[in-house]
Amino acid sequence: MKNLPNYLYPNYEDRLKKRIQRWRWQSLHIDPVLIICLLCLSATGLFILYSASNQNNQTVLAQGLRIGLGFLVMIGLAQIPPRRYYQWAPWLFSVGVFLLIIVLLLGKMGHGAQRWLALGPIRFQPSEVMKLAMPMMLAWFLNDKPLPPSRTVLLLCTLLILIPSLLVAKQPDLGTAILIAMSGCFALFLSGLSYKIIGSVILLFTLLTPILMHFMHDYQRDRVLTFLHPERDPLGAGYHIIQSKIAIGSGGSLGKGWLQGTQSHLQFLPEHATDFIFAVSGEELGYIGSLIILGLFILILARLLYISSQAQSTFTRLLSSSLSLTFVFCALINIGMVIGILPVVGVPLPLISYGGTSIVTMMACFGIIMSIHTHKKLLSS
Amino acid sequence: MKKKLAIKDHRLETRLFIKRIWALVAFVAVVVVCIIVRLFYLQILEHKFYSTLSDQNLLSIIPIGPKRGLIYDRNGVLLADNKASYTLELIPSKIDNLQHTITELGKIIYISPRDIDIFTKIAHQYHPFQPIPIKYKLSEQEVDQFLVNQYKFPGVKIEATLIRDYPLGATTSNVVGYVGRINASELQALNTNNYSASHYIGKVGIEKQYESTLHGEVGTSWVEIDASGHTVRHLIQHPARAGSTIYLTIDSKLQEVATAALAPEHGAVVAIEPNTGEILAMATNPNYDPNPFVMGLSADKYEALVKADGNPLFNRPIRGQFAAASTVKPFIALASLDEGIVNTQYTINDPGFFMLPNSHHKFHDWQPGHGRVDISKAIMESCDTYFYNLATKMGIERLDAALRRFGFGQATGVDMPEELPGLVPTPEWKQASRGQRWYTGDTVITGIGQGFLLSTPLQLAVSTATLAERGLHYQPHLVRKITDNDGVTTTTQPMMIEQVHISPYVWQTVINAMQKVVTDIHGTGEYFGRYADYSVAAKTGTAQVRGNDRNEEAVQTNIPKKFRNNHLFIAFAPVSHPKIAIAVVVEHSAKAAIVARKVMDYYLHKTVPRTLSAANRPTQLTGTGKTFEKSS
Repeated sequence: MKNLPNYLYPNYEDRLKKRIQRWRWQSLHIDPVLIICLLCLSATGLFILYSASNQNNQTVLAQGLRIGLGFLVMIGLAQIPPRRYYQWAPWLFSVGVFLLIIVLLLGKMGHGAQRWLALGPIRFQPSEVMKLAMPMMLAWFLNDKPLPPSRTVLLLCTLLILIPSLLVAKQPDLGTAILIAMSGCFALFLSGLSYKIIGSVILLFTLLTPILMHFMHDYQRDRVLTFLHPERDPLGAGYHIIQSKIAIGSGGSLGKGWLQGTQSHLQFLPEHATDFIFAVSGEELGYIGSLIILGLFILILARLLYISSQAQSTFTRLLSSSLSLTFVFCALINIGMVIGILPVVGVPLPLISYGGTSIVTMMACFGIIMSIHTHKKLLSS
Repeated sequence: MKKKLAIKDHRLETRLFIKRIWALVAFVAVVVVCIIVRLFYLQILEHKFYSTLSDQNLLSIIPIGPKRGLIYDRNGVLLADNKASYTLELIPSKIDNLQHTITELGKIIYISPRDIDIFTKIAHQYHPFQPIPIKYKLSEQEVDQFLVNQYKFPGVKIEATLIRDYPLGATTSNVVGYVGRINASELQALNTNNYSASHYIGKVGIEKQYESTLHGEVGTSWVEIDASGHTVRHLIQHPARAGSTIYLTIDSKLQEVATAALAPEHGAVVAIEPNTGEILAMATNPNYDPNPFVMGLSADKYEALVKADGNPLFNRPIRGQFAAASTVKPFIALASLDEGIVNTQYTINDPGFFMLPNSHHKFHDWQPGHGRVDISKAIMESCDTYFYNLATKMGIERLDAALRRFGFGQATGVDMPEELPGLVPTPEWKQASRGQRWYTGDTVITGIGQGFLLSTPLQLAVSTATLAERGLHYQPHLVRKITDNDGVTTTTQPMMIEQVHISPYVWQTVINAMQKVVTDIHGTGEYFGRYADYSVAAKTGTAQVRGNDRNEEAVQTNIPKKFRNNHLFIAFAPVSHPKIAIAVVVEHSAKAAIVARKVMDYYLHKTVPRTLSAANRPTQLTGTGKTFEKSS
């Protein structure tokens, strides 16, 4: 098509320039729009963290380094063509499940909860690996099956989702377990799972809730009960949610001003640098600030879904879309919990909450998505 | 079926996928709208509500306790002080292992099992981030020991507070009283705002009477606090207003002399400046050290104090109601002379007893007989028969009225809580309280201050002061001046309550007779000593405790101490310009006159006569043998 005559192709020169530009990004396997959005969000995150950490430069620096590392991982993973992920998917998943079992056994041998494994100086959480491995595995599994999936396939998928989710929930890490299960469910839903089945599963869960409550850990049940009645225990379990609502509510439309939040700086708000960081921004930057952050997440989601819709194979489109949705739902669940419309589950606000592993995992997701986006033209041509 | 499985319709799948994406987008949109609405509700609609909650979180009004006013005596001797005291406090929320910390602390500072007991008992009343006291009154050495090791004990601190201290201890305890921790019933009666930072309140004595003066006004400090309750910064401060300083009319040295003079006997001394009503001394023996009461006395120690010999907590001067006995005779004499019931020429012949007409009951005199007795001799020798006769002539109504004119039977209104009024008995009173009619015999013995008549040492002193001033009755008081926080001093002006109008001749007659009580060889007050270089008017009194012969000296050693007579002594000096009026009550002992002499000597000369001693004085003085028969 590059040899077409000028009269058939008006503004050929301009188009060619654009093409070359895009090609350049493409050859670097980078999506500039996504990267700019992510940079905006992480910059906002650091800005809020500076205040949330009581102007602790070290915390901000550590977080900045993690984000930097995350970007490197993202660009690195973007270079790997999707077919490699396709090849790795079952192996990654198996290793992930194996590690989860080891963590669980180690936890039993030691005492209490254990979520990470130590490999020399590096500590890492197998559950973070699972966040990536789960959608990869399902996408791999569904790739050569006709869609919507048949019942046998569905049953196998359910098993694939349940095993790692339950292993993580057992650690116990309810937040991550929910995210992992969710990413699998998204893949299933996008593969065309019939609404009838979805409806009956939801109905079943509603009926099973009391039984589920029975098997929950005390602290997990507490969280759910506290969510329903925060005033039940204003100095104990309900304290988080009450103080968080006070922080956000007292922010008003324009907020108390950056670094001026009293709820976080005077330690009334617990976990203000990690899970409840959205309350800090709500207090200091007000309604406007909250909407801007929400807007950034929506913007990123829009870009991610656009990329997913452009994907060509079942594997790539399922993988990229379920990764994208997991990212956004992670954010929505966190915000919902901070503003008191969802129970308190340990889910961080992606790219803003302080904490290492989740940032790197998220960036790895974006790396895979960018790989899918930037390799597709080459595959098709 | 298997064939169908193998076939993938890519176009159909793509369309399905796009549909599903849109379905999820719709779901995300719903969730986002929910979040936006919720944020709008929290941040816009409910903003004011949450703003208030946020302010309440961080703003705290901390009350500042006022410094309690000091109490001095009339010469500027400190009676009640505020001493810095160090308290060891633990903050449980900052301590990982409480047990371990207490054990480790115990190696540096001695902490008794009782301290730990109390600590665990009160711990639940505090928030975990509040400091809880574990040991009070640390010595400076202990404070130093702790400060050196403080780095080992996060969450442990030493708090300096002001604790009330009474430097003179027992000497002035019955006047000054003490403060103690505010209890629940006091808290209800209080203006709790003003006491929000106060832990102590006056429980007894001046500390209680002048609580509002001494306490001062609470200050407030608006502070910003963090979640653990620590002050971040001070915003506004209204300093507390310290309590006023009180200067008592008490001369603490005189009080000490009086207490020492009483010891080891149980009794009371009240000395008053007659022309002002200022109480110079108000001593009681035994008494107690008020200092342990401040921090709270343990139940068994309190029990021991209540059961102690002589009841140290009993404030005799205002609460001890004694039979006034013969000390009422001058007052009855004054009234009867004034009302013309008898005159100075009126005499009786005393056979040693008195009999009512149509009765065979003999009212015995304390002596076998005084011979011919006029009113002066009756006072000087304390002739009972004369006053039996006089009381009968007056009748109970006029007798009561006479006693009331001099303040008997009514509280003196001194500025001390819990004063008792004494008792001037009336037929109505007897009917009401005992259900018995009044007999003439009751009137007869009232005439010598026995029977139902009761008076407090303070009352006796006030009556004596009124007599000394020839009828000018001044309000007795304990506070001389009050200096408030701004240095403004209010001095208590002498306040005359009433004037007892009696002709100067009558006053002179009775006062002359009272002088003879101590100067005449037949006077009953010779224990006082005749060689005082100031003129003294006095009257003795002996109150029967349990039906003993009042002339009991012959058999004294055989009577158990607690059944021996109470001895009283009232006096004022100098006679022409009285500077001191005194009332002494000594339980079950004849020391009263000697006590009075010591107190008066000290007050008028600032010396204690060394030669005066209870054992040898009477024999040295008279050596007539007759002395032994007299003691009243």
